[in-house]
Amino acid sequence: MKGLSLIVRTITDFVVAFIVIFGAYIVLYGHLTPGGGFAGGVIIASAFILLMLAHGKEVAFSRLGVRAAHVLDSAGALAFLIIGWLGLAGGYFFLNVFGRGEPFRLLSSGMILPANIAIAFKVGSSLFLVFAALAVFRRRSFRPMIEDDLS
Amino acid sequence: MTVYFLCAVLLTMGLYCLVAKKNIVKKVIGVVIMDYAVNLYLIIVGYKRGGVAPIVERGMSASTLERFVDPLPQALVLTSIVIGLGVLALMVSMCIRLYEKHGTFDMSQISKLRG
Amino acid sequence: MNVVPLYVAIPLLAAFLIPLLGIWWKKSGEVLSTLSTALLAVMAILSIGAPAVVHHMGGWTAPVGIALVQDGLSTLLLIAINVVGFLCIVFSLKYMAVYTGLPKYYALFMLMVAGMNGVVISGDLFNLFVFLEIASIASYALVAFGVEADELEAGFKYLILGSVASVMILFAVGTVYAVTGTLNMADAAREIAARFGGSDMNPALLLAAAFFLMGFSLKAALVPFHAWLPDAHPSAPAPISAMLSGVVIKSLGVYAIARVFFTVFGFSPDIPSSAILANGILFFSVISIVVGGLLAIGQWDIKRLLAYSSIGQIGYVTLGIGVGASVLASGGTRSLAALAILGGLFHLLNHAAFKSLLFLSSGAIQYATGTRDMKRLGGLGERMPITAATTNLAAFSIAGVPPFSGFWSKLIIIIATIKAGHPAIASVAIGMAFVTLAYYVKLQREVIFGDVGAAVSKAREVPAVMYVPLIILAVVCVGFGLLYPVFGDSILEPARDALLNGAEYIKLVLG
Repeated sequence: MKGLSLIVRTITDFVVAFIVIFGAYIVLYGHLTPGGGFAGGVIIASAFILLMLAHGKEVAFSRLGVRAAHVLDSAGALAFLIIGWLGLAGGYFFLNVFGRGEPFRLLSSGMILPANIAIAFKVGSSLFLVFAALAVFRRRSFRPMIEDDLS
Repeated sequence: MTVYFLCAVLLTMGLYCLVAKKNIVKKVIGVVIMDYAVNLYLIIVGYKRGGVAPIVERGMSASTLERFVDPLPQALVLTSIVIGLGVLALMVSMCIRLYEKHGTFDMSQISKLRG
Repeated sequence: MNVVPLYVAIPLLAAFLIPLLGIWWKKSGEVLSTLSTALLAVMAILSIGAPAVVHHMGGWTAPVGIALVQDGLSTLLLIAINVVGFLCIVFSLKYMAVYTGLPKYYALFMLMVAGMNGVVISGDLFNLFVFLEIASIASYALVAFGVEADELEAGFKYLILGSVASVMILFAVGTVYAVTGTLNMADAAREIAARFGGSDMNPALLLAAAFFLMGFSLKAALVPFHAWLPDAHPSAPAPISAMLSGVVIKSLGVYAIARVFFTVFGFSPDIPSSAILANGILFFSVISIVVGGLLAIGQWDIKRLLAYSSIGQIGYVTLGIGVGASVLASGGTRSLAALAILGGLFHLLNHAAFKSLLFLSSGAIQYATGTRDMKRLGGLGERMPITAATTNLAAFSIAGVPPFSGFWSKLIIIIATIKAGHPAIASVAIGMAFVTLAYYVKLQREVIFGDVGAAVSKAREVPAVMYVPLIILAVVCVGFGLLYPVFGDSILEPARDALLNGAEYIKLVLG
């Protein structure tokens, strides 16, 4: 898959890091401001997808390989499940075993922060894998798209 | 009342797109429109006239707390959007695989099974 | 502390571990899924006869928090789901060995089991929707697993229709929330009974009930919402067809109809709209019986015949439940409603056993001979004795031949229908039972007896891993017929009482 034009590639190189930082901010402050694990994970995935669109899939896979994405995917889901199982120590699933802290601080509100981080890993790597799966389809015997545009 | 009626119109438009179009990608778009119509309906169920966003900030008074819109439908919609995303990814990948097998997106040429 | 959430937590743990370990350990899927389904099946069987339990997630009590409830009806379905799931996993150890990407298959299978378990233990309407979606999405992917053209088309059709059903169910959940202000099923039941107890039901609630009926009927493949099933069930790999026909359409469709309509909405003569709902369920079930039976006669593909037969048999299950509902709605005696619901639930359990047995044996036939076409099979009885014997047992059972289990459940449903004052429906049900016998005799004659067909001459019996689940399910079919007093009191009667006594459910969850 080829990349896009020079302008897009240059801007992408500047902007990708800021997108990841912004996504991390949405994830980490998910218990204080709108956002949380899913929205932040989508933003982080969009940074890698932007890399794939602008430079082509080889560059994107050199930054985050498919096998690493699979490992992060399952690890994020397992981390969320383990947070749930930890509650069994008190008798109920998803019982809050982390400290509550003071309100409006970053390290507060118990298990919401670790859950957000786990979900961000899971969602980000899943979306990246979806795009990777769609990108590796080869255009072998495709006819021109115009005659397929039936109503 | 008008807003609920418009939600129903959006749902019907999605259903029409699903039924009347032969291109399977357009059918997928119809399903997605129906999904978003129901999400919109859920958010409107929780709306309150003159309400504020249900985010607690430092130094908020009790009267502001009473003017919150209902946050529960918003949590339902978050979950529903994620589910819609998963189904959309599955639908699109099936469309691509079907195109590989049949060479066309036209449903009338793909459907060989009699049902 | 009780073990109710483990029914969801264990398969989810397996589903997330299998792809992770599958990168380095190729057999991770087989080992982990066998272990977890075995554990779940043992847990489900050990919970027979235990009193109903509630688990409040996170320590938050209902109706503020999410509650997971295991009562008699949930126990019945948990046994069906987990035991059939375990046997299908054992069957697929050998059957699926020719496919690639096996860790994904086992992970999706575990997700489907987790979703179905979650549907039957959920105490919340939205939780039910989320688990229903998990199970449905996993089954869409599993139907299209071997990516041939047929399977993709069947999977795509199933996917589109299933998404429409989910949209309708979500719309109905939102409407119930708008009217009652709560999502907890027990709390919504209490609200509806308190506010609409003596007068007519709110039109918005009636709309919600109609959308629920449409959405769940599509998941249960009742006519006219059945169009996905005759394509999806034959095209899926055989263990997945067995799971789909055996437990998925029951737990996502029939259980959800029963739980939402009996517990949340309630049927009683005080609410005139409940008679409309009961008649709706009856109407769909009767046309399902007729259409499923008539369309099955002309099929020459084994799995397609079994798929149409599933539509008919689910019609019988819903007929039992519908007759119970209409008796309650018109103010009849509770014992008659209890009889009808008992028949419906007994047929549900039976159908889970013999339909999954039939689909697994069709998978064994396909594994051994390479074809599903009845015109090329025949005389299987000499070459594959175990498969032929178990298929015979299952065919007699589902056709309603005494003393096998299918006869008793159909008899109870038909007796209850006649006593409830629907003689026309009962005669249709009896007629269709003869039609069922006709096409299963056709199946047996074409496949098992008769001259050895073109594809059968080189067939040998399938490996032990594949025929042991067949034998276990055949023993269950025979056992349910002969040993009813043993398990009827412990499994079926608590399920029936759980449906009839809505007040107990409310007291259990809300305390």
